Amino acid sequence: MAKVLVVTSGKGGVGKTTTTAALGAALAMMGQKVVLVDFDVGLRNLDLVMGAERRVVFDLIHVIQGDTNLSQALIKDKRVEGLFLLPTSQTRDKDALTQEGVAHVIDELREKFDWVICDSPAGIERGAQMAMYHADMAVIVANPEVSSVRDSDRIIGMLDSTTQKAKNGEEMEKFLLITRYDPQRAARGDMLSTDDVLDILSIPLIGIVPESQDVLKASNVGTPVTVSEPDSAAACAYSEAARRLMGEDVKITVPAERKGLLDWLFKRKSV
Amino acid sequence: MNFLSSFFKKRASAPIARNRLQVLLAHERAFTGNNAEQSDLLEKLQREILEVIKRHIPIDQDKVQIKLAREAQCSVLEIDVEVPGITDKPTRMR
Repeated sequence: MAKVLVVTSGKGGVGKTTTTAALGAALAMMGQKVVLVDFDVGLRNLDLVMGAERRVVFDLIHVIQGDTNLSQALIKDKRVEGLFLLPTSQTRDKDALTQEGVAHVIDELREKFDWVICDSPAGIERGAQMAMYHADMAVIVANPEVSSVRDSDRIIGMLDSTTQKAKNGEEMEKFLLITRYDPQRAARGDMLSTDDVLDILSIPLIGIVPESQDVLKASNVGTPVTVSEPDSAAACAYSEAARRLMGEDVKITVPAERKGLLDWLFKRKSV
Repeated sequence: MNFLSSFFKKRASAPIARNRLQVLLAHERAFTGNNAEQSDLLEKLQREILEVIKRHIPIDQDKVQIKLAREAQCSVLEIDVEVPGITDKPTRMR
C-alpha cells in the first residue's frame, strides 16, 4: 500500500527540499521504491538538489496537461536504486496545478511506488495546498525559531482541515522534523529547545537535524546528504527519521556540542 | 566588574521566545480556525467589546485577549482585559 507523504513547513528556507531529497534517498536505500514530486511550480529546485537539473525533459505539468505520459517524465536516480524524481515546470505557475490533474497523477504514482513524497512550496497558497491535499501523512519541517514555529502551527491547522483526509473525517499522521539545530545555541539557552517546540506544536518528533556543513555541501554537488555523507550527523538524523517513517521504534539522537580543540578555541574567542 | 556583572545578568532568550509564541498561538488558533464563521464572530466580538470598554476606561489594544473554547458539553468565551491602575498614566493608549 503506497504512502503519500508531504514535506511542508509554511515558512521558506527551513529545509523542505533538502529534507525531501535526504529522506527519499534514505527510504530508497532501505529497499523502498520512492518517487519525489516537486510541487514548487515556477521555482523548482528539487531537480537541482538531486543533481538532475540537466536531465529534465518533461515535468509534472506536462503530465497533468496530457502532453506526455508519466513514465517519460520520471527521472531515475543514477546513484540509488528505486529512487525517482518527478520534476515540475520552471516556466508555468501554480495555477497549472488542477485538482483533477494532480489527483490523477498521484493515483498513478500510488500504483507504481511505495512512497510518493511531495515537496511543498513555501506559503499556504495553491501550490502548498495541492501538495498536501492527497497526503496520507506529513512531515513538518521546522527550525527552532519563532517565525518557523508559528508558520508550522498554521500549516498543522491546514493539514487538519483542508486536506482530503480531513474532509473524509480521517486523521492525518503528522511528524515534526527539526532542522538547522545548533547545539551551541541550545546549550546557551538562546535557541528554542526541542521540548519547547514539541510543547507548542504537540505533534510527534521524527528527528533533529543539526545545522551542518555536510548538508550545504550535499546541495552544492547535487547529492542527497544521506548518499554523499552517510556517516555525518545530519545524514544519520535523516536515516533515523526514515526508519521511524517505516514504523521502526528508533530513539531520537539529540545533536550534541562538539568538543574539539578548534571549537573550544572559537568559543573562548566569542565570549 | 562591569564585564562580570553583564555576563551573569545575561538572560537566555529561548524562554522569552517560548512565552511569546505560546501567547500568540493561543490567540491565532482561536482566530484562524477552520471555522470561518467562528473566527468572524470572534473578531467582531473583540472589536465591539473593545469599543464599549474604551468609552469608559483607557485600555491598550494589546491587553485584550478573547478566546472561545468549544468542548463537548459547553463553549467557554474567555475575555481577558488588562486595565491599567488608577495611578497609571494612560500614555500607552493607541
